[in-house]
Amino acid sequence: MSDKNSQSVSYVRETFLEQSPPPLKEAGVVKWMRENLFSGWANSLLTIVAIYFVVNIIIDVWPWFANGVWNTKSLAECREILQGANAACFSVLQERGNQMLFGIAYPADQYWRPTLGFVLLFIAAGPVLFNKLPKQMLYFSAAYPFLAFWLIWGGTILTPIMIALGLIAGYYAFTNVERLKGFALGVVAGVAAATVCVWLGGFISGALPGLIALEVIPSRDMGGFMLNMILGTICVSLSLPLGILLALGRQSDLPIIKGICVVFIEFIRGVPLITLLFVASVVLAYFFPPGTNLDLILRVIIMITMFSAAYIAEVIRGGLAALPRGQYEAGDSLGLDYAQNMRLIILPQALKISIPGIVNVAVGLFKDTTLVSVISMFDLVGAIRGPILGSTDWTGVYWEAFGFAALLFFVICYGISQYSQWLERQLRTDHR
Amino acid sequence: MKKSVILGAMTVAGLAAGAASAATLDDVQARGTLNCGVTTGVPGFGEPDADGVWQGFDVAVCRAVAAAVLGDGDAVEFVPTTGKTRFTALASGEIDMLARNTTWTFSRDVDLKFEFVGVNYYDGQGFMVPSDLGVTSAADLDGATVCIQTGTTTELNLADYFRANGITYEPVPVETGSEATQLFLAGSCDVYTTDRSALAAQRANFPTPSDYMVLPEVVSKEPLGPLVRHGDSDWGDIVRWTLNALITAEELGVTSENIEELSGGSSNPEVERLVGSAGTLGEMLGLDAEWAKRAIMVGGNYGEIFASNIGEDTNIGLARGLNAQWTDGGLLYSPPFR
Repeated sequence: MSDKNSQSVSYVRETFLEQSPPPLKEAGVVKWMRENLFSGWANSLLTIVAIYFVVNIIIDVWPWFANGVWNTKSLAECREILQGANAACFSVLQERGNQMLFGIAYPADQYWRPTLGFVLLFIAAGPVLFNKLPKQMLYFSAAYPFLAFWLIWGGTILTPIMIALGLIAGYYAFTNVERLKGFALGVVAGVAAATVCVWLGGFISGALPGLIALEVIPSRDMGGFMLNMILGTICVSLSLPLGILLALGRQSDLPIIKGICVVFIEFIRGVPLITLLFVASVVLAYFFPPGTNLDLILRVIIMITMFSAAYIAEVIRGGLAALPRGQYEAGDSLGLDYAQNMRLIILPQALKISIPGIVNVAVGLFKDTTLVSVISMFDLVGAIRGPILGSTDWTGVYWEAFGFAALLFFVICYGISQYSQWLERQLRTDHR
Repeated sequence: MKKSVILGAMTVAGLAAGAASAATLDDVQARGTLNCGVTTGVPGFGEPDADGVWQGFDVAVCRAVAAAVLGDGDAVEFVPTTGKTRFTALASGEIDMLARNTTWTFSRDVDLKFEFVGVNYYDGQGFMVPSDLGVTSAADLDGATVCIQTGTTTELNLADYFRANGITYEPVPVETGSEATQLFLAGSCDVYTTDRSALAAQRANFPTPSDYMVLPEVVSKEPLGPLVRHGDSDWGDIVRWTLNALITAEELGVTSENIEELSGGSSNPEVERLVGSAGTLGEMLGLDAEWAKRAIMVGGNYGEIFASNIGEDTNIGLARGLNAQWTDGGLLYSPPFR
């Protein structure tokens, strides 16, 4: 056939033509710009105006940024060097940067401790956030809270070990008793075992205060971005399980549990966080006898955790409500009990729906930790507003210090938001 | 019913807490540190330096009391307080004394149940204007726009002053001092008014301080001093007489440099009583004989503390003015050490 063709029809091509490139207007940058920036006269106009503003801002800000002074001892020296030129005085970050990161009073020779704790946080959070990592790393994640406590607050390592042992003992007591006597007695036994263990452990760690001890640093000396990170990490990780319990409690058929959860959630949501912080800082002090002062950071952690737990509970309740009734009934018809039904069927779906809301609350909570500055704790913003802007050397520095704070918060919050979007893509099993 | 029982129990616990902390001196000595409430940062008066060590005029009072009671001017736990938390921190016993440029007023002394032990800085409200406004007296400020912090006594004083002089003004309310200076520098208001010490401190950090001037008028009385709780007069006496010791030391010419020499022997009997080489004044306070000597040695006498923190050679550059000794025409007048 082909033979015949090649002999009879002389104009048939035997090779394919090389693919020619698309026309310039339909490819690459030009196409993208035509489609996105200049697709009509209105869009073109807006693009040009926007470019004009962006360029102007960069022209104005860049010299301020690039000519910044980095190594003076005070704002006055900065001004002397700049001679009226419009430029930043970044020396405040050089001089007081450590105070912004670690607080006013944290001893400088101990900065490695929170830094190490911060690095280890990523290793500990890894297996929780990414399920591709080896499961053995979860043991480290479980040990991390105790390690971090020891690193940041110091003291003998026995204290966190004893608390950890108490929790393990409580867990074993709970599982063993629960199997034989039921859930309620299991909880009682677990709490009792944990309390006894921690109490006994207190004697041991009290007797050996110097064993593998780090310098003790009181909570009052904590501050800076470290304090924001401590509050943010602890409160988010505590309020998530608490929020789940509250959401389930609010859906419960048991009137007392439902009542308690509804009252708690509605009360907390009806009160501003700043009010709760004032209660934690000043009002509680009246009710404790002197000497039994509950640690200020602990008080603040409790208040912020309660606050965000109430919001997370409502987000998760939204997720629960979005599930069709059939899912609940399917679980029941398989003969699963309540706990199995929730754990295996309902919550995995409800939590997946709730991820954007939960992340929203978490990001908001992290930024809300700066509110502790109003109860005179020197977190990042508090340290800048109080001692740094209030010092003889640096009063008058605004953009540099607050810009640095904004940058730190942006990095963390943007990271959280990117992670949550990645997680949503990972968990998307439908509507593809 | 149940709720009222719980509330009642909490109230009783609160009252018991108040009553239990009567002997502050014993608490402080047992603890080994003095809990002293300070500001979160006011230039010259209380600010942590780059190493986190608290410095300043109010802070020096804390250190003097710690030295008198505990023998170590560094045995102080500084508790930063805001304008909102300062009084509850003191009332609840979280701090033993408050040295935080707090104005001594009737209602704070009587109604809030505090005891002001003296005055360490006589302040007053003043006005700052740009020099090129061409104003030399506050009476010329008719029709001016005034930056003022809301909710303060300065706001009320301002209204009183302008009404008394029959002139008008337009207020520009702001929240904090740094916000006010930003607005003032940007020209959003002609006049910025607050305590004169704060005006001087903020002016010192302007890009061009000489373009601005503080008007001579003082329109209110702001006696700033340390305070303690009602109900423990022994402790109040210690703080009061530590402050008086600093003031008396300046009056008698006792400085941190010559105090060693003077405690070896002095011709002036009051100096001898002050430094503890004669008399039993320390014993009467429940302290040892050299309490005042230690207090003076920490940062020097009142004049030395003033000069090194806010005096004319510092960035703040305040003149002694009302805060000179009574012998120099000021208001500082300590009762005698006898």
